[in-house]
Amino acid sequence: MREVLLEARGIGKRFGGIHALKDVSLTIRAGEIYGLIGPNGAGKTTFFNVLTGLYSRDAGEVLFAGGPLELGSPHLVARAGIARTFQNIRLFGNMSALENVMVGRHVRTSAGVLGAILRTRAQRAEEAAIRRRAEELLRYVGIHHRAGDLARHLAYGDQRRLEIARALATEPKLLALDEPAAGMNATETAALRQLVEGLRADGLTVLLIEHDVKLVMGLCDRVAVLDYGEKIAEDVPEIVQRDPKVIEAYLGGSVG
Amino acid sequence: MSRLKPAHWFGLALVAIALLALPLVLTQVGTAWVRIANFAILFVFLSLGLNIVVGMAGLLDLGYIAFYAVGAYTWALLASPHFNLHLPFWAILPLGALLAGMAGAILGAPTLRLRGDYLAIVTLGFGEIVRIFMNNLSAPFNITNGPKGITRIDGFGAGGVNFSTTDTLFGIAFTGPAKYYYVLLVLMLLVIVVNLRLQNSRIGRAWVAIREDEIAAKAAGINTRNIKLLAFAMGASFGGIAGGMFAAMQGFVSPESFVLHESIMVLAMVVLGGMGNVWGVIAGALLLSFVPEFLRYTVEPAQQAIFGRLLIEPEVLRMLIFGAALVLTMRFRPAGLWPESRHKREMGERRA
Repeated sequence: MREVLLEARGIGKRFGGIHALKDVSLTIRAGEIYGLIGPNGAGKTTFFNVLTGLYSRDAGEVLFAGGPLELGSPHLVARAGIARTFQNIRLFGNMSALENVMVGRHVRTSAGVLGAILRTRAQRAEEAAIRRRAEELLRYVGIHHRAGDLARHLAYGDQRRLEIARALATEPKLLALDEPAAGMNATETAALRQLVEGLRADGLTVLLIEHDVKLVMGLCDRVAVLDYGEKIAEDVPEIVQRDPKVIEAYLGGSVG
Repeated sequence: MSRLKPAHWFGLALVAIALLALPLVLTQVGTAWVRIANFAILFVFLSLGLNIVVGMAGLLDLGYIAFYAVGAYTWALLASPHFNLHLPFWAILPLGALLAGMAGAILGAPTLRLRGDYLAIVTLGFGEIVRIFMNNLSAPFNITNGPKGITRIDGFGAGGVNFSTTDTLFGIAFTGPAKYYYVLLVLMLLVIVVNLRLQNSRIGRAWVAIREDEIAAKAAGINTRNIKLLAFAMGASFGGIAGGMFAAMQGFVSPESFVLHESIMVLAMVVLGGMGNVWGVIAGALLLSFVPEFLRYTVEPAQQAIFGRLLIEPEVLRMLIFGAALVLTMRFRPAGLWPESRHKREMGERRA
């Protein structure tokens, strides 16, 4: 069995009277694609937002890469090695595709104001390295030909890819994708699947929220199912698929 | 950066000669115009500073003139008979920038969670607080001399050159304002280089990223708190430099020079020129500095020539034309005269 990369223990989150997450615990192993599914409003994105520090949590803790993960500051989560994309794409619209990815290098680079003003040798070398890496990543996700275009001028599928490239630029150990196939047609979804499989082949761990059950079942090594903020199943896709609780959550009431 | 072609060098040389000859030509028209040129350069400093905060980082600041005030009073207090201190420029100009930068961070810290309208209101209040402080810090200890202001401030002095008198060099008379012009020109070059370099740096990208989408910027690993404070501090420090030179040139500062109107004016320069683009902002600052002055000198004779008498008060007509020009510009070029186009820049670099 592969080593554990991320362990969430008893994560809880309330919004007023609504218990969005109840005691959610899950374990992601290094190198796997871990799917998080559930009906609308099950708490998948809330879990993502807690995990990546955008929301504070009310209970629980997360262990990541052998140490406790400081939740609450997104940039520290990014530094620790968790990168994410957003359900409704969030790019820097008026920056070029290349610059979007270059921003992703921020957390792994250090040049400050003085370096920039004086154009020190170290700053220039770092800047060149940032640009090189950003170009590589654009090529990796297959949109290098759009490097100079403004992010908001990119096609929908390319924007998804750009967001992934920006996330990869932070050198994550865990890449968290929030419904990457949302709004994609069959061809685009197939291409996305290839991209995510490529990420796994390159040794990255992926946490995937997805609505497209077929995609999740085909792609993921293990799947957890959330329903009303609670984890109701966690296993390999074949077993989760036959779990009566999961079927009930999705279809509402017992079947047959 | 692309390599410069000979044609570019030639163009640059022409611009350099024009900039160097400008005060000598303007002196022929009237020394007042050299002063106007000097103030135009001060406004270039101010709008480039505000451009970092508003244009790049997207934080609407309506109290920017407060930092100009901090710089001006730093110079005024440390180089005047008021405290009988007469420190040299190389000490007080950087100190003014530093203090203004600190004031920027002080303004930034409590407003980190605010954006848009809310931030605008708080910064507007901050600007007024600073001005009112300057107005009232005359008791119990007389620090700022209140509304009477501080007079007989030392001018700029370097290498034994007196910057308030006329000197003749190679048979050319250099008036006081002309000499200030050259100092300001050198400072302006520095300020422009600093801004261009910041714009294309890791920090500059982080500022723009925060403007574009703060949540995405956080998720991409940017410490938005520090980077925003940095924008406030860097932007303010340019205001501090401008303020110091203002005090030196005028020889007199009072709270009256730092009213809300001035903040709005600088903001108009940034918006009209093209938020986020260094060259656009410079163009905006120069235009909005020169056009009103130009109108001041032409509105009255024009009326005399056309109608034979004065129909409308020059000051009223001047501001009317000025306002109409602003409205028209914003109507037909909503992104400013020379908008930021990071996209074109990327492509340009690729071809070169």
